[in-house]
Order: sequence, then C-alpha cells, then structure tokens
Amino acid sequence: MGTPERITHEHEVLIIGAGGAGLRAAIEAASTGASVGVVCKSLLGKAHTVMAEGGMAASMGNVDDRDNWRVHFSDTMRGGQYLNNWRMAEIHAQQAADRVRELESWGALFDRTRDGKILQRNFGGHKFPRLAHVGDRTGLEMIRTLQDHGIHQGIDFYMECTVLEILMDGDRVAGAVGYDREKGRFHVWKSPAIVLATGGIGRAYKITSNSWEYTGDGHALAYRAGAELKDMEFVQFHPTGMVWPPSVRGILVTEGVRGEGGVLRNSEGRRFMFDDIPDLYKNQTASDPEEGWRYVTGDKDAQRPPELLTRDHVARCIVREIREGRGSPHGGVFLDIAWIKEKMPKAEAHIQKKLPSMYHQFKQLAGVDITKDAMEVGPTTHYAMGGVNVDGETQMSTVKGLFACGEVAAGLHGANRLGGNSLSDLVVFGKLAGEHAVNWAKANPTPTVDQGQVQDACRAALEPLERSTGESPYEVQSTLQDMMQDKVGIVRKEGEMAEAVEGIAALSAKAANASVPGNIEYNPGWHTALDLQNLMVVSEAVARCGMDRKESRGAHFREDYPEKDEGHAGHNTIVSRGSDGQMRVERRAIPPMTSELSDIIKEMG
Amino acid sequence: MSEGRQATFSVWRGDHQTGSFVDYQTNVTEGMVVLDAVHQIQAESASDLACRWNCKAGKCGSCSAEINGKPKLMCMTRLDTLDMTKPVTVEPMRSFPSVRDLVTDVSWNYEVKRKIKPFKPRKPDAEDGTWRLQQADVERVQEFRKCIECFLCQDVCHVLRDHHKHDEFGGPRHFVYQAALEMHPLDVEERLKQVKDDNGIGYCNITKCCTKVCPEHITITDNAIIPLKERVNDEFYDPITKLFRIFRAKPKAERKD
Repeated sequence: MGTPERITHEHEVLIIGAGGAGLRAAIEAASTGASVGVVCKSLLGKAHTVMAEGGMAASMGNVDDRDNWRVHFSDTMRGGQYLNNWRMAEIHAQQAADRVRELESWGALFDRTRDGKILQRNFGGHKFPRLAHVGDRTGLEMIRTLQDHGIHQGIDFYMECTVLEILMDGDRVAGAVGYDREKGRFHVWKSPAIVLATGGIGRAYKITSNSWEYTGDGHALAYRAGAELKDMEFVQFHPTGMVWPPSVRGILVTEGVRGEGGVLRNSEGRRFMFDDIPDLYKNQTASDPEEGWRYVTGDKDAQRPPELLTRDHVARCIVREIREGRGSPHGGVFLDIAWIKEKMPKAEAHIQKKLPSMYHQFKQLAGVDITKDAMEVGPTTHYAMGGVNVDGETQMSTVKGLFACGEVAAGLHGANRLGGNSLSDLVVFGKLAGEHAVNWAKANPTPTVDQGQVQDACRAALEPLERSTGESPYEVQSTLQDMMQDKVGIVRKEGEMAEAVEGIAALSAKAANASVPGNIEYNPGWHTALDLQNLMVVSEAVARCGMDRKESRGAHFREDYPEKDEGHAGHNTIVSRGSDGQMRVERRAIPPMTSELSDIIKEMG
Repeated sequence: MSEGRQATFSVWRGDHQTGSFVDYQTNVTEGMVVLDAVHQIQAESASDLACRWNCKAGKCGSCSAEINGKPKLMCMTRLDTLDMTKPVTVEPMRSFPSVRDLVTDVSWNYEVKRKIKPFKPRKPDAEDGTWRLQQADVERVQEFRKCIECFLCQDVCHVLRDHHKHDEFGGPRHFVYQAALEMHPLDVEERLKQVKDDNGIGYCNITKCCTKVCPEHITITDNAIIPLKERVNDEFYDPITKLFRIFRAKPKAERKD
C-alpha cells in the first residue's frame, strides 16, 4: 500500500468533538475572531448530545421560585457524594441559567409555562423542578441550535475525521494528527491550544445507551499526552434502558418518564422504590404514593417520589429486584406511566405530548404502547463521571494548552451525576474552555510540530491494514465489552476487577495485532481497530480505580465493601502514565471548600 | 418470526464509479432491525462494509438507506415488517453521490443550509433580556425542529432525485428549516426572496413524497411547504399586496403569524 496523502491545517484553537460542549467551545473561541477548527468523528449534528432527552438543569425558578443557584449547587454536591470539584459545581450552578437563555436567543424553543416563561420539569436528585426542556428531545434542540448558530461564525468543520494522537512540543501541545473516514487521508492540525470535547466511554460495555463514537478517545488521547485522569471508577448506569427486544437492549428511556409520574414495579406489582430510602434523602422523599403524585403534579408542599432519587440508587434497587427473582420476563423491571390515567383525564394525550419520542420509540421498536402498557427497563451504561482532570476555572488539563469540557472532563459530578446536569455542563464549561483556550493560544502562539511524531502515528495507524493475519477488531471489541459488563459493571468485586485488568492486558496485545481486510477508504473494520487502543486505556483505568476505592459510593458499588467508608470520603482517584509506560493510580485529597460554600451545604441540610 | 432463522440481505457494495448487490446470509432473531443485520454482516463476513450510524434509536438520522427500494432509517426498520422469505435489498440513498457501499456524500445539504439567513430575534420582551412565548406558538415550530436531518425527504424528492436541480432547489429539508425560522415567534429576518429565488420553492409540485418518508412524521408538505408557497405568493405575486407595497413598505417585524 502506498503512503496516503497528508493534509496540513493551522488553527489558533482546535476543538476535538462536535457535541454540545465542542460546539459551544468553538462558538466562544471564534467570537474573538480567532481561527477555530472543529474535528467531528461523525457528520455535524449527529453527536451523542442529539440523544439527550430529559432537559438541561438550570435554577431559573420559573416553576418554583424557591429555586436558586445555591440549591442547585447543594443538590449537585449531595448527588456527587461530595467528591465533586466544588468550584466547578459552584460555577455550573451560577451560570447554567444564562446558558439556557443564551440558547433561546440563538433560536432554541423550549416548552413554556402558562405565563410564557421557559417551563421546567422534575428530575432525579433535583429538589425543585429545574429542567428546561423540549418534550423529550432536548438534546436535539440544543445541538441543532448550536450547529445552526455555529455555521455562521467562521468555524472550519472537519466532518467524519478521527484524531489519532495529540502532538507535543516539549511539555505543551502543538496540534493533532488524525484521518478522515471518507478517503483515509491523514490530517495534521497545527494548533497551540486544543479542547477535548469527545464525550464518554460507554462503548467499553456491552449494554450501553451510548453511540458508537463513545470509545474514550479524548480520555486516552489526554492520557497518552501525559495528562491526568480523575475518578474513572465512577461510571453511571442509567436505571432505565430498554431490555426487550434484544437488539434494542440499552437504548435509553428518559428519566423524564419518572419526572412525569412514571413508577417502577416488580413482577409482583409492588412499587419497590419505597422499600429503601437512603439516609441522605430521608427528609426529602415522599412518605407515600399520594404525596409523590402531588409532587410530580406541582404541589410545592409535597416531597419527591422515591423514583426520583439519584440514578445510582435507583439502578441498584432495580438490580436488587432482578437478583431476588422479582424481575420482568426479560430480565428488567416494569416502568409504568400508563397508570396516571387513574389520576387525570386525557392521560393518553398527555403522555404523547410530554414524552413523544419515548412513545414513538417503544411503539416502533418494542411494539409497546406506553400510554396503555408498562415498559420493561433495566440499567444501562450511560455516563462517565470520571475524565480528564481539569482546573475548575479554566478547564485546562495538567498538560499545557490541552483543555477538556463536557463528559470527557471530570469534576462537576463527583461520584454520581444528576440527570439534566449534563446538558448544562456542556454549555457552561464548553464556553469556559473555549474562552480560556483562545486566551492561552494568544499568549502562547506558534508551537513546533515534530514530524517524527506525525510519522509514528501514521505508521502505527496503517499497521492493521498491512497485516495479512491477526485478530478481528470486532471480536476483540465484543470480548472486551462482555468482560467489562461482567467484571467491572454495576456491582463490583476485587477479584473480578483484578481478572479484568489481566484480561485487558491480554486483549490489548490482541488489539495491537488486529488485522483488517480492505483499503483505507471508509473502512469501518479499520476504524474499529484504531478505536480499540483507546477503549483499552479507559477500561483499564475504570478497573484499576475501581479496585483502589474499597468502599461503595455513588455509582461505584462494591459487593465486598457495600458501605461508604469515611477513609475514602475526602479524596479523588488520579490516574496517570508512569515513566515506565504503566498506569499509575494515586489518591489525592480534595482541597477544603470555601466557608461560603460549606455554609450553603449546611443550610440546605 | 422464528428464532435463529437464516435470511438473505442483498447489500449494495461499491463506490462512486462501480458497484453491485452482494448477497449475505445471516441469522435473524426476534426484534431485529435492518441495522442489526448490517452490523452482524460486518462482524461475520464483511468487516469493511461501509455504513453510517450513531444512536440506533431513530434520533440522529445517520443510518438512512433504501430498504427494498424505500427510503428508511435502518435502525427503525424491524425485520418483522418486511417479507423475509425474499432477499432484503439494502442500498444507499440515490439522490446523493456515492462514497462507498451504503454511505453517500450528503455535504451538499450542509452547504445549502449555511447560505440560509440565520435566526434573528426581536428585542427581548422583558427587562431581564428574556422573552414571553405561548406554548401554542412554540408548538407550531417545534414540529419542524423535530427534524433529525436524515435527508430521506431529500432522497425521495423527484426534483432532486430525477431532475438533479441541486443548484436551484433547496429540497424539503430546507423548506422545513426555513419554515421553522419564518414561523419562529421571535424571528424578524426576511427570507421569502431566498425561499423563492435561491431555494426554488416553485419547483415543488406538492406530491407529498417527502411527508410520507419522514421518520419523525413531520407534515412537511402541508405544514411547511404550502404555507411558505402561500407567503411567497402573497409577497411577490399578489396584485393587491403589490399595489399596497407601493404606498407603504411593511417590515416583517410588524407581521403577526
């Protein structure tokens, strides 16, 4: 095979990823007149953000005027079990509402209250109705608004391109090298500042709500460039993914279903979420189903139903029902929204209006009419709370000129993310990352690209095509997914995670020996072989961090250490690449909170 | 459908120059969609079979194709809705240049959209810089904003598919987009000249093919295209309006939709 063409581009800021965070970062950087390039792994507008359903959390107080940033901050910290980067939680709570209003000024059309303001809905872990939304397709509204606004800002988009490596000039970034899917040509983007906005890692698991793109690219690129990763053990399993039929297993069922009054039942018909309410939430939870219903219909004196507890807790309760033999026929539990017809007239039309895409999805893919029958649901890999360790204010990683925002960045969510905090995370920190990246680029221009690094990356990328025999990348990926699901899944044990670490090493060797037929033009086998390298890094990081945290907290549940341990309460888990090339795990103490913020937490109880 | 039955998929393989249908046998089970079968074929016997997909839940609009000759999303087409006793044909959208196998070059759509005048809001209603909107006004436009840009409507539109008017005609997707902007309760931009001249709405003769294939069930023709045609008519061809315009220019900001 001849050497493919190599194309060079130059930008002041390079954004890797074109979901909500990447687009918002690009818009911000471009607003200064800087030259901005955005690398999208798929076509523009198809990123995982498009699949976000429920809404974006922002304490606008439009539905309940008791809400404000202090309550949002406190809810986020409690949900994250206080492992959050408190400065990020503070900034997020303070700025989310402005980002929602900004989207509206760019054309987004949110659902409305009776007096014409942006409507807000209930969601798990949020004390008051807080999610600005558009039915259950809020992510589509957000990404389309950013896309349509962004295309007029003079940004260069590189569609269907994947970045292979970050290029370094000493201890600072100098650009990136990657390939385009269509022709398989290599591209070099020279840039003094890079923003990673690549999303999550869900494709390391078998059952996931994530798109094919979620192979931990940004996490692995940052790790190989020398940056730290943080809290990788915290992988959120969304309580409600579809479980039937098998081909749709994992596809998300929005928490909005529960926000609108949906209840969880086991095979005995019992509403089991009332059985186990955590101490941290005892005085915030409804005492009976009647009070829960009053809450979802807007009674300000009522407490939330237990279905709206945090995702980690709901997911574990569902696993308990299934394990104890009270699951649904296909290995899940029942989520019922149809029951609300007992409570309100025209319930069927109401459900279709509030949850149009869920109605459509179940009807078409599972043959279930959710206005009449219950859905079968179970936990699905959904979100990585862990990611690149960034400075809370600038979003810069521990590598100079390398920034991260959105799901690939760690900090905001701590041990467990509240629903709706992701969409607001994207725009709050996307904006900040874009702003600080462009500032950095202007202060530190013109790095030197080392052609040796470029050649090494291109040569390594071509190897799978040059091998005539070797492993099938699809097979390696599927073995890894099965292993992560079984051994580093929703319930974890020391021995199993240790087996996974060994298994990942063996699979990494196979991945390094992957062979694919065909040529470089739009060859999905080749792309899968290249993605494998990144999946191995993030899988190992999740397993190693999981072994180090010998307690159960947030999304990380250890069968061998089922309780929270105060000894683990005050630190984050930090992963980095040692000088020997091996993965290093260390514990790092969380700096003490300012007195103003700790007072807020005490005040909110 | 019985468990574990073999079925045949006739998949288009090729690039922009040449191509042909290739038959693949694979095992099909209950609940499978066409995209599952394509993935299985990739994993089993054709690892370089090119196709686009992202969400597998009908939300991203990446996996558009022609299944048994009909424009559809592969992820939302259940096998039990097809006649599985015959080979299922899967081929790329035919209105766009082929890249490889099931993947087409849809970049033209992005170029058309970039040329459409962007959203321009009226001044905020409240002192804090926010607007007050009624749900009924929002809902009218929300229908259009459901569009997932799968481009199946563009694929089926005969003005593009058969007459190749890509230079003069924007296609149903962009009329939906322009309708969303024009009927947006906050927007004050003037786009009708663009709808008429650059996007050639006059070419559409309302066959409603686009509406039929829309996986989001957007009533493209009745709710987007026809109202736009009416506005273009009112603006440019109605003699009374013309006369009226001589005496008084009417800025769009005053017009209430």
